[in-house]
Amino acid sequence: MKKYLERIVKLCFIMLFTLPIVAKAQTEQDGLMMGEKRLCIAGTYAYNSWENYWEGEFKRNNANIGVLSTRTAALMLNYGLRKNLNIMATLPYMSTVASQGTLSGLKGFQDVSFFVKWRPVKKQFGKQFLSLFAVAGYSTPSNNYNVDFMPMTIGMGSRVLNGRLTADYKFNKIFATISAGYMHRGNVSIDRSAYYTDHQINSSSVRMPDAGSFQFRTGYRNTRGFAEVFVDNMTTFGGFDIRKNDMPFISNRMNSSKIGLEGKYYLKSLPSLGFHANVWNTIAGRNVGQAAGFLTGIDYILDFPFKNSKK
Amino acid sequence: MKKNLTLSIFGLAMLVLSCNKDVVESNADYQSLNPATQDLNGGTWKPFIVASLSGNLFPDPLPISSSSYQEELKELKVLSSNLSAEQKKAIDYWKAGSVLRWNEIMRELVAKHNIPPYQKEDNTYPAPSAANPFSYPVFPFSNPPYAARAYAYLSLAQYDALIMAWKYKTLHNRPAPYKTDLTLSVSVPKTDLPSYPSEDAVISGASLEIMKLLFPADIEYIKKMAEQEKNYRLWSGANVQSDLAAGDSLGRWVARQVVQRAKTDGMATAGGNPAIWAKLESDCIARGETPWISLESPKRPPMLALFGKVKPLLFAQAEVASLRAIPPPPTNSDQMRTETNEVLKFTQNATRENMRIVNFWADGVGTYTPPGHWNAIATNEFIKGQFSEIRWARNYALLNSALMDAAIVCWDTKYFYLNARPCQLDPNIKTLTGVPNFPAYISGHSTFSAAAATILGHLVPQKAADFTAMALEASNSRMFGGIHFRSDCQQGLVTGKKVGDLAISRAQTDGAN
Repeated sequence: MKKYLERIVKLCFIMLFTLPIVAKAQTEQDGLMMGEKRLCIAGTYAYNSWENYWEGEFKRNNANIGVLSTRTAALMLNYGLRKNLNIMATLPYMSTVASQGTLSGLKGFQDVSFFVKWRPVKKQFGKQFLSLFAVAGYSTPSNNYNVDFMPMTIGMGSRVLNGRLTADYKFNKIFATISAGYMHRGNVSIDRSAYYTDHQINSSSVRMPDAGSFQFRTGYRNTRGFAEVFVDNMTTFGGFDIRKNDMPFISNRMNSSKIGLEGKYYLKSLPSLGFHANVWNTIAGRNVGQAAGFLTGIDYILDFPFKNSKK
Repeated sequence: MKKNLTLSIFGLAMLVLSCNKDVVESNADYQSLNPATQDLNGGTWKPFIVASLSGNLFPDPLPISSSSYQEELKELKVLSSNLSAEQKKAIDYWKAGSVLRWNEIMRELVAKHNIPPYQKEDNTYPAPSAANPFSYPVFPFSNPPYAARAYAYLSLAQYDALIMAWKYKTLHNRPAPYKTDLTLSVSVPKTDLPSYPSEDAVISGASLEIMKLLFPADIEYIKKMAEQEKNYRLWSGANVQSDLAAGDSLGRWVARQVVQRAKTDGMATAGGNPAIWAKLESDCIARGETPWISLESPKRPPMLALFGKVKPLLFAQAEVASLRAIPPPPTNSDQMRTETNEVLKFTQNATRENMRIVNFWADGVGTYTPPGHWNAIATNEFIKGQFSEIRWARNYALLNSALMDAAIVCWDTKYFYLNARPCQLDPNIKTLTGVPNFPAYISGHSTFSAAAATILGHLVPQKAADFTAMALEASNSRMFGGIHFRSDCQQGLVTGKKVGDLAISRAQTDGAN
């Protein structure tokens, strides 16, 4: 029995510290801040899969892939330097697998990302609150993972500079958040000495198109957590379409629009422990899989540096 | 604090703005072709297909004292001065060498067309049609055998045409325009090579004619480049119109003879038909072996099952069977089990370095294929050699005839034995690159690579050891990727080497040494 408990504790520990985080769905996009000198440690597990995908605007499936699924475990840290200034770091571990065909799945740590989130404006007008946020971020591959075997790869291998503006409006417990981000992506070096996009390029360096990321989320929020619906769009500025029956490539023009539900809840009895989940579906896309997925996560918030027990 | 943050955001923005994303290509800084020797005896070299001219293709050149030539010179003076930015760009492009540039153009078109057709509603596959090249699936599907043949015919047409051109150049001995008018502004290195007929026009005409056959859907692009190449000689003050007209006629005529050869080389029927495919399978079963099956879904007909019957360039068709690889290990043998387990281990424990090797040599869908990769490797070496245009053409002709013949012998072996892929025999094997749609034994990559490395080692002897090492790595990449057994790779290297040696024998007796 004791051994059993130990195992559970160990498992929880492993989940908390090695599981994913997911990355995007986390909080550099939302209208929330971690309190001053408080550290949030989050572990998330996410799953998504697709059967249909778009070659340019042509939607198809592929019996040589079947369903391509991606599992992501991520660890995220979010620290409140000030009450209006947070820093965050995320590292996901991912694995891919295709249900049919001969292509091998890949797995490994993906990109490590860092964000600084700043809330320059927080105004109250009676029961209405308005906050504005500015986020700057940088992400870089945590290792030299294989990027030249799409769609089985775990990432694009690009270093990304991220800038984002977010506005959050709340009336009573009802809120709406609108957010727009710009991703400036650095060139990626692939293992080949030449490749074809819409023309032949005799280099191993791939010019990556920049991309925009837009979100709208609205729902109910109180001190315990929130429940929301969201719309998420990624639009790549430039890049090229996958031709009919060609292989995908990192510099494709990848666009996608998703809708989803998301919620987070901190326990009444243990307010530093929170649970986080979402579920989403892709409603439109270009040169991407029509993925649907979910995420579950655990947050634990602690004071850092640790406060005296006196308090 | 606020100030610091504002500053850092500003700094970030500046960083973003200053990031330079331009990709510098490996062929971007090629210098002007400035050969150490013009190989003036090139007219005596041994051609592959076209040994003599017939008919009056072009007139003898008029003397430089003639009023007609003087008019041409006057015209050239105008054309070669006050160049636009676009004209200067064209000069910078072509001056690196015309044979080289057409090789690059061919590589681009191969990559563009190297995509297997998408299935129809009824799960069968449409075949590209040369008679109807523009409609889907666009003609051709330039898979490795098609590509090997395409590179070969382009190189041969250029080479045979240049031999003829050199013959007439030395016969007529017309000096370049800048030798007779010293005031002409010239944008390319001056040479002592006689200018009639123009070697660039020969290459332009030959390339246009042969590429029309091979990539008919890209006719507009090909024409544009052929036209630009001739104009570049005017803009750069290197040829008068009559040099170009004669060269163009000569190049086109020679290439049309090569087109006749290509049309009757067996390619038209190399796809086979359902009865032939079924017989290959039943023959294999009758031998007690497990026949290859398409691992694609829906199942795709085997790629070019009769390419082994295409007429070779370096040896007689009857010799193909004697070059065929020895039989593979039987499907049920211990050796086959050992080799299957070896491939499984490679794919399950793939290191990043092995993945790099797999990716570097994959040369799969949407690429210029393994023959194209070896042309790229060769080009990087030839560029250092300061070769004359005719020697550039000879080098590519030797390389690409070896690659085409390697494809023929390899495909003959593949369909003679019809051996299964590793992931057919063991479905636990998952591959790190796409599985090609033809039998495993012997490895195409290995055969191509050994053939190319062998002839390149002869042409660029100081690099011979490097080429051999590269061929071995290319061969191994197919095991690392789960595409091939060790026997496929080893026998592919052995067979490719034999073909490469035949190319060396030709090189030793073609009069160019």
